[in-house]
Amino acid sequence: MADESTVRTVQELGEKYKYGFETRVETEKAPKGLNEDIIRFISQKKNEPEWMLEWRLDAYRKWLEMEEPKWAKVDYPPIDFQDLHYYAAPKKKAIKSLDEVDPEILKTYEKLGIPLKEQEVLAGVEGASKVAVDAVFDSVSVVTTFREELAKAGVIFCPISEAIRDHPDLVKKYLGSVVPVNDNFYAALNSAVFTDGSFVYIPKGVRCPMELSTYFRINERQTGQFERTLIIADEGSYVSYLEGCTAPMRDENQLHAAVVELIALDDAEIKYSTVQNWYPGDAEGRGGVYNFVTKRADCRGRNSKVSWTQVETGSAITWKYPSCILKGDGSSGEFYSIAISNGMQQVDSGTKMIHLGRNTTSRIISKGISAGRSQNTYRGLVSVGRKAHGARNFTQCDSLLIGDRCGAHTVPYITAKTPHAKVEHEATTSRIAEDQLFYCRARGIPEEEAVALIVNGFVREVIQKLPMEFMAETQRLINISLEGSVG
Amino acid sequence: MLLNVENLRVRVEAEEEGEVKEILRGLSLTINPGEVHAIMGPNGSGKSTFSHVLAGKPGYEVTDGTVRFRGEDLLELEPEERAAKGLFLAFQYPVEIPGVPYMQFLKVALNSQRKLRGEEELSTPDFMRLIRRETERLNIPMDMLRRPVNVGFSGGEKKRMEVLQMAVLNPTLCILDEIDSGLDIDALKVVADGVNALRSEDRGFLLITHYQRLLDYIEPDHVHVMTKGRIVRSGGKDLALELEREGYAAYVEENAA
Repeated sequence: MADESTVRTVQELGEKYKYGFETRVETEKAPKGLNEDIIRFISQKKNEPEWMLEWRLDAYRKWLEMEEPKWAKVDYPPIDFQDLHYYAAPKKKAIKSLDEVDPEILKTYEKLGIPLKEQEVLAGVEGASKVAVDAVFDSVSVVTTFREELAKAGVIFCPISEAIRDHPDLVKKYLGSVVPVNDNFYAALNSAVFTDGSFVYIPKGVRCPMELSTYFRINERQTGQFERTLIIADEGSYVSYLEGCTAPMRDENQLHAAVVELIALDDAEIKYSTVQNWYPGDAEGRGGVYNFVTKRADCRGRNSKVSWTQVETGSAITWKYPSCILKGDGSSGEFYSIAISNGMQQVDSGTKMIHLGRNTTSRIISKGISAGRSQNTYRGLVSVGRKAHGARNFTQCDSLLIGDRCGAHTVPYITAKTPHAKVEHEATTSRIAEDQLFYCRARGIPEEEAVALIVNGFVREVIQKLPMEFMAETQRLINISLEGSVG
Repeated sequence: MLLNVENLRVRVEAEEEGEVKEILRGLSLTINPGEVHAIMGPNGSGKSTFSHVLAGKPGYEVTDGTVRFRGEDLLELEPEERAAKGLFLAFQYPVEIPGVPYMQFLKVALNSQRKLRGEEELSTPDFMRLIRRETERLNIPMDMLRRPVNVGFSGGEKKRMEVLQMAVLNPTLCILDEIDSGLDIDALKVVADGVNALRSEDRGFLLITHYQRLLDYIEPDHVHVMTKGRIVRSGGKDLALELEREGYAAYVEENAA
């Protein structure tokens, strides 16, 4: 049988990353290197209270004792942690209104298609939906929209740097309670040097009146980006949150080590979606963002629920396991993920569902797509504690390979300490069959569109979990990231 | 002339070094608009290869001969270009595409073809009108269009949907590759009704089949016998009846060279 190769060398993948532009804006940077002085510098720039600085320094000291983890199925040259700027911010910082934001920055977000102008949205401009946006540019939050309207509902949505100053009790109570400072190497680093991110608090019984979102944009060269996001849903509340990320094309790798903590109290629900499109590096694997992230949800309350919907298309290396700790009785965790790797990208990603309370449920649907010469690993843990009677898990892990030079791997861990649990795991691995491609072409659909169509069918179940506003954008993003994957 | 095939020679790319298998050995055929042709032959005669080569399936090497479709050199065109020009192959084994609803597949196919032809894409309301009209004409429930392409479909359902695709994409030459295979009489009747509903003086049909039975329901104008990669005899529909009685043996021997 003729060996049909459906891969041609991925050419100039970087050209297709249309977010690769750079914004020329005056930036203030801390000198390179990491030491206690830099941390004091960051804390001072953010006008932080003493307790916050102490927290950071404590994390830093713990980090110094820790060793970089090497167990993931990803390969990268050693990172020189002293060769980075840990703080970079546009010089003119916006205060209250959009008018005070550097126009270059506004243009950036416009180019990225991110709605910062509330007026447009309120005036009912076609296609504009009400989404509150926190725009984070390098180390600072540049603007957060719709704050007044949200405040009327009692919802706090602001940069975390602000929350530390204005809502210290809430921050002190919850920060580090889901991802402790010494949880892992990168969490410790983040705790020491995090610069900004979003803080969300939804009061009891409130259904957040609109989608909340944060757009992270790395711009400056040779910086590390360390965001910290903290979302608290008080009893009976609901919030849907989306984060998007992009970065310019650079020859050197950029480190992005974020920490996201979610807390859901009794009967509360948090829906957290991510559309990650960090620069993936060029066809030879040069440049690209290292995305090493710790994301964890604590379903503390009875019947609390957290669902993660993750779409990963970018970054040179993705290393993350958005997880749920199902403490509250009857709590439930969901993880829906699409991870696409092309070119020379590497992905080691998955989830952890930790069943502790009684009658907890978890659902994992993971769709991995590998193309080019990439490596895509799903690593999942389903753990059922001794007292977690009635725990139920369903995991479906599907891999799709495009071409014959990429790899897909599955590393599932299941541990159950009680017989009163039900854990199901299904996995499939498939290739886009020549037959499928020919069938589409014989109907008039050119090859690349056929691949996009087949892939969209493959990920359909997960796409439908995204907030509606982002479904179309995500489908387009998936199509773009697969360009050049077929030969 | 819709299709003009002259002395077509095709071989299959070798699995092993140095091994080459010639499947079509000088096949010639002419189809005019409005005509229904049937090609009948035993297994291994190259019938399916012929339909695949016409549709542009990779893996086949044309070593001699020409194929002209509506005056153009067909072999120069990519499969999707051939489809856009009006060629349709109803597959013997239609492929499954999980997660893609039939409705979406049809819309993408139709608009891709229109785009290749330089036409404007069909708007959603216009597309829905078209779908409704054709599903009614062919007596296909709208429900089936919500299902992912061919996933879990019975043989008969798959073939009926091939016919629906034909109706929606409006081709000028329809090649039906063993559309009767795997169907019982009732399913066959339904499919045949669909095909007959699409007969017109602008459209040509090429039916590829083993068995004469299909030709009771879809009456051909011309019948051709194919063995060992060539058409060895042509005639009217009586030829099909003769084959039914006598079998292919005589033709195979004749064509042993």
